Amino acid sequence: MNERPSSIEPGRSPAVQYVLRLGDACLILAQRLGEWCGHAPVLEEDIALTNTALDLIGQARALLTHAGQLSAAERGGAALDEDQLAFLREERDYLNPTLVELPRGDFALTTLRNAMVATWLQLLWQRLGASSDAELAGIAAKAVKEARYHQRHAADWVVRLGDGTEESKRRLADALQELWPYSAELFETDAVDEYAAATGLGPRWSDLRQEWLSQMSALLTEAGLAIPADVPFRSTGRTGRTGQHSEHLGYLLTDLQYLQRAYPGGVW
Amino acid sequence: MSDPSQANEWPLWEVFVRSKSGLDHKHCGSLHAADAKMAIQAARDVYTRRQEGTSVWVVRSDQIIASDPGDKSMYFDPMVDKVYRHPTFYQLPQSVDQM
Repeated sequence: MNERPSSIEPGRSPAVQYVLRLGDACLILAQRLGEWCGHAPVLEEDIALTNTALDLIGQARALLTHAGQLSAAERGGAALDEDQLAFLREERDYLNPTLVELPRGDFALTTLRNAMVATWLQLLWQRLGASSDAELAGIAAKAVKEARYHQRHAADWVVRLGDGTEESKRRLADALQELWPYSAELFETDAVDEYAAATGLGPRWSDLRQEWLSQMSALLTEAGLAIPADVPFRSTGRTGRTGQHSEHLGYLLTDLQYLQRAYPGGVW
Repeated sequence: MSDPSQANEWPLWEVFVRSKSGLDHKHCGSLHAADAKMAIQAARDVYTRRQEGTSVWVVRSDQIIASDPGDKSMYFDPMVDKVYRHPTFYQLPQSVDQM
């Protein structure tokens, strides 16, 4: 047997965390969308969903590579590469928001989550285009075009489902109730955000909240729905982006990491 | 479209893609979509994912009138021995580009 690589740990500086939060959001949502491959309701949508997943994987690759380099610049040594960061971290070193790790659900839930995430990512990429970090700005310039299409495609489907049959309306409304409490987490500010804002690395995530709410509100209205009232549960405080995940991420990671754990260093 | 096996199917659309260097849209396949907006997005997702295109057209398949395969000999065979209709006997001026 080959010697198994132990898990690796990225740096924990604010800049590294800021980039990993975004990179992991892309990576984990891509993994969830990949679960639709061969299972979408129609062939055309099957390809559309996996196209989106592949765009997100491309974004995650660039961001994880960059996080590895930032981490190495801060603490020395060789940079961790994208594969090490994607496949060999422990669960609590993934910093994605909880929303993207929730099970794929039905097509309505996937569609609504894609719309919520793409609306958020589009706003974030727009702002990151002006990042003081030239590498991050470059990644954003490419990614914003992809996010724009993801948003349009998902938003069109949200309207179709909301304006469709009794069943599609019910499924979309259920998805909204289930997902909405997890949106609070996208707009909290902590020390990592404050660092990013102070250094010009990127916006505080909370800076995007108003615009996101107004876009989501317009979309939901068009789909015949409204922003849900607050419920006692909110994913907030110690959450996915600080490494404290729902019970779902561990299972996702066993799929995601299986090949690298079973065949260390394996490549195509 | 009265075929009962297609009763629950979305309509069929034909997809035409113009490549980067191409001047015209070329037929590249078909897909199912509920309406034009969905068809355009599906065409983009299904037929341009390997950088094939810079522009997409879609048209409902039932809006295309096609020649009858049974008419093939009458329609097309008479042209076989009329090579003089090809413009290969003339020298084209440089200024007539892309003809």
